[in-house]
Amino acid sequence: MEEIQSLIGGFQVALSWYNLVLMVIGILLGVIIGVLPGLGGANGVAILLPLTCSMPPTSAIIMLSCIYWGALFGGAITSILFNIPGEPWSVATTFDGHPMAQQGRADEALTAAFTSSFVGALFAVILITFLAPLIAKFALQFGPAEFFSVFFLTFASFIGMGKGSPFKVIAAMCLGFALGAVGLDKMTGSLRLTFGHEELLGGFDFLIAVIGLFGIAEILSSVEGGLKFQGAAATIRLDAVLQTWKRLFGLWATSLKSCIIGCWMGITPGGATPASFMSYALAKRFSKNGHNFGKGELEGVVAPETAAHAAGTSALLPMLTLGIPGSPTAAVLLGGLMIWGLQPGPMLFVEQKDFVWGLIASMYLGNLVGLVIVLTCVPLFAAILRVPFSIIAPVILVICAVGAYTVKNNMFDVWMMLAFGLVGYTFNKLGYPIAPLVLAIVLGDKAEESFRQALLGSGGSLAVFWSNWLVGSIMTIGMLLLFWPLIGPVVARLKGSGPRVDAGGGLALASPIPTPGVCAELSPAVAPSPSEAAMPARLRQLRGENAELKRRLAEAIIDADQRVAMTVEELEAENRHLRDRLTFYASQNDRSKPN
Amino acid sequence: MSNHGSDTDNSPAVASNRLMDIIVGALMLAMSSVFIFDSMRIGIGWAEGQGPAAGFFPFWVSLLMGVASIVNIARAAMNLEEDGDTTFVSRTALVRVLTVLVPTAIYVLLIQFIGIYVASAIFIIGFMVASKESLLRALAVGLGVPLALFMMFEKWFLVPLPKGPLEALLGLA
Repeated sequence: MEEIQSLIGGFQVALSWYNLVLMVIGILLGVIIGVLPGLGGANGVAILLPLTCSMPPTSAIIMLSCIYWGALFGGAITSILFNIPGEPWSVATTFDGHPMAQQGRADEALTAAFTSSFVGALFAVILITFLAPLIAKFALQFGPAEFFSVFFLTFASFIGMGKGSPFKVIAAMCLGFALGAVGLDKMTGSLRLTFGHEELLGGFDFLIAVIGLFGIAEILSSVEGGLKFQGAAATIRLDAVLQTWKRLFGLWATSLKSCIIGCWMGITPGGATPASFMSYALAKRFSKNGHNFGKGELEGVVAPETAAHAAGTSALLPMLTLGIPGSPTAAVLLGGLMIWGLQPGPMLFVEQKDFVWGLIASMYLGNLVGLVIVLTCVPLFAAILRVPFSIIAPVILVICAVGAYTVKNNMFDVWMMLAFGLVGYTFNKLGYPIAPLVLAIVLGDKAEESFRQALLGSGGSLAVFWSNWLVGSIMTIGMLLLFWPLIGPVVARLKGSGPRVDAGGGLALASPIPTPGVCAELSPAVAPSPSEAAMPARLRQLRGENAELKRRLAEAIIDADQRVAMTVEELEAENRHLRDRLTFYASQNDRSKPN
Repeated sequence: MSNHGSDTDNSPAVASNRLMDIIVGALMLAMSSVFIFDSMRIGIGWAEGQGPAAGFFPFWVSLLMGVASIVNIARAAMNLEEDGDTTFVSRTALVRVLTVLVPTAIYVLLIQFIGIYVASAIFIIGFMVASKESLLRALAVGLGVPLALFMMFEKWFLVPLPKGPLEALLGLA
């Protein structure tokens, strides 16, 4: 086995004291980043990227990828202990993780979350180990047309698989492409969209966009809600770990399913967040204890965590082999490769064998180190969360400003970061997706270059994109995905009798668009199904109102948690009321369950 | 940041999602028009020996963005968006956001004149005092963080950050 030999070589590269120390630093930083609001995997890595220029590339990427693993682990801590998802992909973990913590089973939930994360990541790394060299070898034969078709497929899938309005996806994505095109055109040397401003010559750096869109925007959203942390303390005892591990073996089927979902969503740019939701919904649907989901079921923690980590890890597969990242964080790592002078893509496996295999080996080691660190350091990380927001917020804003400045030693970038922060805040609220915007800024240049080279080769004929079976089929799938918002409803209408609203009717497995169906099940009123437009106006209005009221209720409950000085009577009355509401929703859920 | 409790609920809405949808759509439409105009200036056709001209890709991308924006505006205007009547931002929420955004903008402005370290100290101390943290705490964090940043960037990683008159006075610039 050639891969095994390469992997052993990779371990020899990764297993130096220097790299191991970097790994531990990376994981610790990553968990802190994942725990703090306003600092996520993507912008955490973006801020630290300029600092790694002086390191050897292999060590640099080992540290940065470990920050990524750490951030993935960290999201689970806040979700379970504080009911605040530190990262979007850990939202689904709160559903069962926080109830478990409230029942005093926080150590069980945390152990399950960390172990599942590890399992998901391990599955994805094994997949990368054996699949990546094959894909890279295959991709070596790619010409510009083939590369463009893969880019096209990547972006089309955002439209076909994304939830929400496809026109908003298109608008956000095209804005990204346009911003990516600003500056000097590499092929012709002409200046584009600079309007005579010198600052724009070099174009928009996507690292600035990432820091603003993810970091600043999240601080603004947190501030808006008047966010304060309050949560259970937790330590993890060894016997609880062993007990939980024993139970986890019984859930191997759920784990495996979640691994597969996660890897699929990670390689296609579906990303970790939809993967975690989808996996949660599937587990709920097929579990014996499905009715218990949402009340503190171990399986409800295992499924989303496994999938999120599998997706987060496997997002590196297309980045390494094709130079096309599967997630914003992978995109930032890709930007790192270019800064260190490495050309991402299939040639990496030929020219930089040590680097690639060192990285893959570090994925095994990093996740193992990560599991040990998070299991032992939970009290430490939980303590960080009790630092008041009035301290965290200004410090994070300062760190973001410093990070933005160091990208190109340029004050203009710091202002751009603020602007991107406002854009991100607005886009989040209006349902414009951020991920395609960021990926378009990163990949716009390369997508355009491959498109123009392909057309140059063919003398301007678009037929080059259907010139052989490979490029033709990728393009055709891309086209299908691109027009899926139009085709989908037609197919559904042909199959069934008209557009039927599947209100709470469980996961429509037959539905070709997985994400909206899943989200509709998780919160029917918040994420309406695509046939929304066909509903009567009154129903739509009421649904909107309902969603808003539920959101406010949740906010009010979180706020109420912070009022420590409640009397016994007040608390009794409130608990009675809350139990009533719970009974009401439980009966509603039972009613909508298919028999 | 502040301890207001659950007052987001009742304060009046400053803007609905519907209004913001239309505003954002209009802004994006305006941007796309500017981009289209500039792309046409540098050429959107076929450049001999170079393939599609430099403006080709931005032109089509901007055109698509413009079309999508028109659809978005129309959908919002006809109230077809899912939660158009939901509050985009209430007055309390807006005030909260501005109490962070405005000081941050002033902070970025200050960096240009007095350097990033002094500006950061002022920003952190001001922010913490304004959110009713104790002065001692504010001083500890506000002086500690810039000092740590200084050691990290200037000494360890040798990445120079903007410095101002204070650093010059101390002979560090």
